[in-house]
Amino acid sequence: MNMMLSKITGSLNTFFIEVGNILLFTVNVVKQLFSGPFEHKELIKQGYQIGNKTLPLIAITGFIMGLVLSLQSRPVLVDFGAQSLLPGMIAVSIIREIGPVITALLCAGKISSGIGAELGAMKVTEQLDAMEVSGTKPLNFVVASRVLATTLLVPILVFFADAVGLLGSFVAVNMHESMSVRLFMSQAFNSLSFSDVIPATIKSVFFGFFIGLIGAYKGYHTDKGTESVGISANSAVVTASLVIFIIDLIAVQVSDIIYGF
Amino acid sequence: MENVIEIKNLKKAFGEKDVLKDVSMVLPRGKNIAILGESGTGKSVLAKCIVRLIEADSGEICVLGKDILGVENEELDEMRKKVGYLFQGGALYDSMTVKENLEFPIRRTQESKNKKEVAEMVEEALESVGLKDAINKMPAELSGGMKKRIGLARTLILKPEIILYDEPTTGLDPVTSGEISELILRVQEKYNTSSIIITHDIKCARITSSEKLKLMMGGKFYVEGTFKELSESDDKKVSSYFT
Repeated sequence: MNMMLSKITGSLNTFFIEVGNILLFTVNVVKQLFSGPFEHKELIKQGYQIGNKTLPLIAITGFIMGLVLSLQSRPVLVDFGAQSLLPGMIAVSIIREIGPVITALLCAGKISSGIGAELGAMKVTEQLDAMEVSGTKPLNFVVASRVLATTLLVPILVFFADAVGLLGSFVAVNMHESMSVRLFMSQAFNSLSFSDVIPATIKSVFFGFFIGLIGAYKGYHTDKGTESVGISANSAVVTASLVIFIIDLIAVQVSDIIYGF
Repeated sequence: MENVIEIKNLKKAFGEKDVLKDVSMVLPRGKNIAILGESGTGKSVLAKCIVRLIEADSGEICVLGKDILGVENEELDEMRKKVGYLFQGGALYDSMTVKENLEFPIRRTQESKNKKEVAEMVEEALESVGLKDAINKMPAELSGGMKKRIGLARTLILKPEIILYDEPTTGLDPVTSGEISELILRVQEKYNTSSIIITHDIKCARITSSEKLKLMMGGKFYVEGTFKELSESDDKKVSSYFT
């Protein structure tokens, strides 16, 4: 019993130390975002790599997401004679929740792990230490640029996923009935309001920030040895995915208070 | 003679393990000191404590007259520009070419320099290590010895007053190892730097700092002297390094 209690206490202790370290790291990164020198070239390079890495994956996933969601929802709506509501229902589901969360999870798997592995390898080969000892502020050059890139790029990727998801839905609708793009879009957008788009965009910004931050944190704190690089990449995906769900939960509660969903 | 580094009663432990036990030393300006010792005796930890890559538990480290353990981050960055550090593997940034590797510290720390000045500095540093032709290569295309030379060129580009060499000849063949050791000596003469050379390569220690060697054992300095004195020592622990 005592052993179990000490194990639980030990795990809790490690958890809170990790949370404290992440918070401290966040404060330092945010400070670096507002202090110079600003590396616009590195930001563009990272932004390009993030977009380039994830765009095909998001396009395929987004399309399938919209298609499957429509095919699954249609029979229920048909039972109530409400199939005309399908485009609007799908649009609300995708834009409010599924688009941002699925995109963020894909980015956590692709980008956060990539950043974790890249920085982990830099740590193991002492490249980060070399930057540190020459006074070149690796937190500013390596970390802040990546975090800023993910913060800016993830919301754009979410918009892209939403658009491709609606395209998938349009294809699914046309498998059973004939509907013009114009009518589909009209029905979809008539069901949307700013209260659907704004909270989703804001939470996408937070998703992007934490995807970059957690990947960078895990990579920056990699232990010695090549095995640690894999552990950091893996841990970045798991932690970032968990944080995405926590942010989503908070966002839903806040939106509920503000807009009364 | 002025001391550029003064270390007093430095201690560092990792968990239960005491790695540095009351280490004290000085590095006079313009001199080289080689620190010899087996792997795991705390040589690299000592070098990393000097630039605060690792925080010491207690003791004093004065670098160029300033207590490095008490300075804030901004001042620490300024201090670090005066202390070059050559890592075991060269630690070149593998996403950048040799040229970009050398330009990087200047671009980040001396923003007022124009492109022409930066190019001249890069060329001079590469010339010092005899690798002008490698300017457009990626680190992956370089041999181990070339990586260390480029690493040294990158260290030299900020014109440091002190250079810390962490195992500069590890993993190199005897010929390249000898060339790197000669290069360290040439750099010291040309740039008038003061250096600490962490090594377990006796040949490197003899070439780079035959006047002052320190032997580290179990986290402490066991003995110090010239290469001749230590190599002729009757103490078996010491003589075993030189046989």
